[in-house]
Amino acid sequence: MQLTNRSKQVSNKEMTFGERIYLPAVVTGMAITLKHFFKKKVTIQYPEVKRYLGPVFRGRHILKRDEQGRERCTACGLCAVACPAEAISMVAEEREKGQEGLYREEKYAAVYEINMLRCIFCGLCEEACPKQAIYLRHDEFVPVFSERDQVVWGKDMLVENMNNQYKREAWTKEEAHALDQKRAAGEIVNVEPRAIP
Amino acid sequence: MELTLFIVKSVIILAVFTITLVVAMYSTLAERKVAGFMQDRPGPNRAGPFGIFQPLADAGKMFFKEDFIPAQANKWLFILGPSLAMLTACLTSAVIPFGNTLKIGGQEIAVQGVHSNIGILYVFGLVALGVYGVMIGGWASNNKFSLLGAIRAGSQNISYEIAMGLSIIAILMMTGSLSIREIIGQQHGGNWNIFYQPLGFILFLVCAFAECNRTPFDLPECETELVGGYHTEYSSMKLGFYLFAEYINIFVSSLMISALYFGGYNFPGMDWVYAQLTASLGDVTGHNVATLIGTAVFFAKALFFIFVFMWVRWTLPRFRYDQLMNLGWKSLIPLAILNILITGTGVLYLKPVFTAWFN
Repeated sequence: MQLTNRSKQVSNKEMTFGERIYLPAVVTGMAITLKHFFKKKVTIQYPEVKRYLGPVFRGRHILKRDEQGRERCTACGLCAVACPAEAISMVAEEREKGQEGLYREEKYAAVYEINMLRCIFCGLCEEACPKQAIYLRHDEFVPVFSERDQVVWGKDMLVENMNNQYKREAWTKEEAHALDQKRAAGEIVNVEPRAIP
Repeated sequence: MELTLFIVKSVIILAVFTITLVVAMYSTLAERKVAGFMQDRPGPNRAGPFGIFQPLADAGKMFFKEDFIPAQANKWLFILGPSLAMLTACLTSAVIPFGNTLKIGGQEIAVQGVHSNIGILYVFGLVALGVYGVMIGGWASNNKFSLLGAIRAGSQNISYEIAMGLSIIAILMMTGSLSIREIIGQQHGGNWNIFYQPLGFILFLVCAFAECNRTPFDLPECETELVGGYHTEYSSMKLGFYLFAEYINIFVSSLMISALYFGGYNFPGMDWVYAQLTASLGDVTGHNVATLIGTAVFFAKALFFIFVFMWVRWTLPRFRYDQLMNLGWKSLIPLAILNILITGTGVLYLKPVFTAWFN
């Protein structure tokens, strides 16, 4: 069975004189390393230069707002149920009169916390959410934390900032799949990333 | 003017010492840079531009680590080991002539720490002494891996010193002098020994690798077999001294290689440069500038060989111990003796024929 075209038959033949004195092999090896010495370096200078990780990368979480800036989350708890790491917890509250501009549904999450040490970034919360409220950003990591009180993220960290909205090309699986198929078929589709799911 | 001589000599010795230490310091950075470049990555580049403060950061780290001495170790010998390694490494560069002469205050002063007519013997004596640092350190650690590493270092250095000495004898037969300055002087005008002693050069280079405990002969610190070899128990600046001594040894070996085989401070067209400089800058200044250019050339050659040391390290895998011994005793020593015979024939029979033919 041939796995690659680079495989070589092993042989036990006597080494020739040239092979036994070892120096030609040393020189060949040194030529190879010298060639690499002048090659372009593959390193990406990480904190300064960041590699694009693709549209399906699962980074830090965000609680989306709708087009009027209202929080989409209705504190149903499906994300917390779906979460295999049990990282999500929330406290629900009823929307009062006059809060219609703040919350989209009649019930909202007064407290919404994700433990970033427990989270495994599987994205099941995103799939479970019926209100398209929670997403894992493809463009941002959870930043490094040095203190324990930075580990549990509350609403202050999670809810979307309307001045700096999170934009995506596709917001549902179906949408993304259709886009992929179009691109695979050779139609180059340029979809403007949009902020509203 | 005894005072001038004294001051200039002091400055030269101080400069030689400083340069040796700085070169060794930056060798640690260069090693990592070379390793990185050969593996398609940039190497350390965070401490200052291109990582030039990396050696300082390393030294700072070394100083602040816990200076640990094992309970069962022999305390004084444990401290003596790295000190001896460092001492012998630093002493070696004293007799190496870094340049021709400087004319200061009507005197010609050699750019050399100590003018010695047995310079090569001195260097070899100290190199042989260098193994004591490793042996004492490894033994005093009271650790079987350290002891094994030290024994390996001892047997390896003794084996390869023989081949190294024999390869030097061929040079001594040609020059008839033990003074390094004399050997360099005889290579003036493109008469580099490498053209007469290619085999001797290869033998000397291989032995120099073994003497410095560098890959492919770094069995004393073979971490796959011996944890850390003779410096398993060492930490903090004592470990730093061992590593530093290794880099000083590399620098001195590079200097020796370029002095013995590559003409030292001689370079092609140096007579023309000398004539131009003395003509335009005057006898004294021109002479001094020409000497400094020669010194710079010498250092450039030595730095190139430091690069070769690193180049080989990041190319070749380590030898097995029996291969090391076979290479040393069954290949290098017979070849060195053969080289002596060939050189003897050349000096006694061929040289008169050729000189008669050329005249």
